[in-house]
Amino acid sequence: MLVRVTHWITVISFVALLVTGVEILISHPRFYWGEVGNSLTRPLFQIPIPSSRATVPTGYAYVLPDQNGWSRYLHFEAAWALVLTGLVYVIFGLWTRHFRKNLFPASEDRTWPRFRSIMAKHLRLAPPDEADSRSYNALQRITYLLVIFVLFPLVIWSGLAMSSGFNAAVPWAVSFLGGRQSARTVHFLVSIALVLFFVIHVAMVALSGFVTRTREMITDRAGRQGRI
Amino acid sequence: MSNVSRRKFLMAGLAASAGISGLGVAAGLAQRYALVPPDSGGIYGPGETLTYAAQRVLARHSLAREFPRSMISKVPFANSIPPLNDAFRRLQEGVFADWRLSVDGMVARPGSYSLGDLRRFPTRNQITEVVCEEGWSYIAEWIGTPVLEVLKDSGILPQARYLIYFSIDPDWWESIDMVDAQHPQTLLTWAMNDGDLPVAFGGPLRLRVPRQLGYKSVKFVTRLTVTDSTKGFVSALDPKHPNGGYAWYAGI
Repeated sequence: MLVRVTHWITVISFVALLVTGVEILISHPRFYWGEVGNSLTRPLFQIPIPSSRATVPTGYAYVLPDQNGWSRYLHFEAAWALVLTGLVYVIFGLWTRHFRKNLFPASEDRTWPRFRSIMAKHLRLAPPDEADSRSYNALQRITYLLVIFVLFPLVIWSGLAMSSGFNAAVPWAVSFLGGRQSARTVHFLVSIALVLFFVIHVAMVALSGFVTRTREMITDRAGRQGRI
Repeated sequence: MSNVSRRKFLMAGLAASAGISGLGVAAGLAQRYALVPPDSGGIYGPGETLTYAAQRVLARHSLAREFPRSMISKVPFANSIPPLNDAFRRLQEGVFADWRLSVDGMVARPGSYSLGDLRRFPTRNQITEVVCEEGWSYIAEWIGTPVLEVLKDSGILPQARYLIYFSIDPDWWESIDMVDAQHPQTLLTWAMNDGDLPVAFGGPLRLRVPRQLGYKSVKFVTRLTVTDSTKGFVSALDPKHPNGGYAWYAGI
């Protein structure tokens, strides 16, 4: 129950963060490495889109409308919702051994040959067998663990490292990432990784029956017979 | 209704009322310890209040990062500025000799200071980063008079809660709480790197708040008002406000 509630709050927050994140990004679609970077310094890379600021050299003759006011408000509000929900989920998951039971790869899967065969089966697009519909396979488990314990913590950390108030209090949080502009670049790249996960996750749900799977994740009714 | 579901129902009710009274207590404490920002209303209020309260509770006195001289940006980026008005141009012709900073509101001794007066206070120089909400940044050395020195000289009254500071541009102002106003790094800046503060960077006088984003660092400052309410000077959600709907607290 708690897993499903936190899942959907996370979905709502993630979509809000994604939309507002894109809005904030277009006010300066250039990325740098190190502590500082601006329109006068060489970018590490640049997204080839117009900007919402006339001061950014994009090569486009027009300037998009500025949406940063509400975008920043909503971005941080959604971030709070995501972080607090994530905390509840992780504490609950440890408490009920959800991670160990459902996400940590089963002991028989924790060998290289076994992992390779799961991988191969996945790459051959072989139809799932009986066991797959009852619980997550090793590949799914590792992906979920990576998303929960690597990508989300990284995106939160790199986001906080950009906050002037936060990095005044915790300077190593930003220096460890190589500087404020590095933190911004890491934040962007990890967000891309999360979006990739999101797209593949939804595609997998769609492949295995979007309506049924989504209903299960909301009501838990059909439950237990299959998991994505 | 079975016993189990009645027990569940009672527990849920208890938890809900505990939660609601907990929220009530938290709201009362937040008001009492000045942890509620002026733009706490509306749909973005909860997030804004959480951010502000968290930073005020956990990092009230922390110092913005300062950098070694070698990290000063060779070519700092001067953002675009609004067109300079006639009042500014007249003062510029006189090399800003007649530039004055007035202090009014909840102070014991309202008055005004010339740039020379400001330089006679204890000054501070610091190498800090300017960070724009858009994402770009640069590092420069900033030299100036802590706002705190001027406020001490004017005598802050105990009911003071906010500092509103005005640019010579009539549509440009910002406000901060007394924590940031009295923070040692909040500087009435009149010099940058090796010389006077250039006009493009807010010269002759810019109020720099290094723990917040660049838009809180108003250029061409001529007036400070100490007040207990930002009413009329915060409406951050009002698109007519110079911030164009930006959050009041910019420590994030």
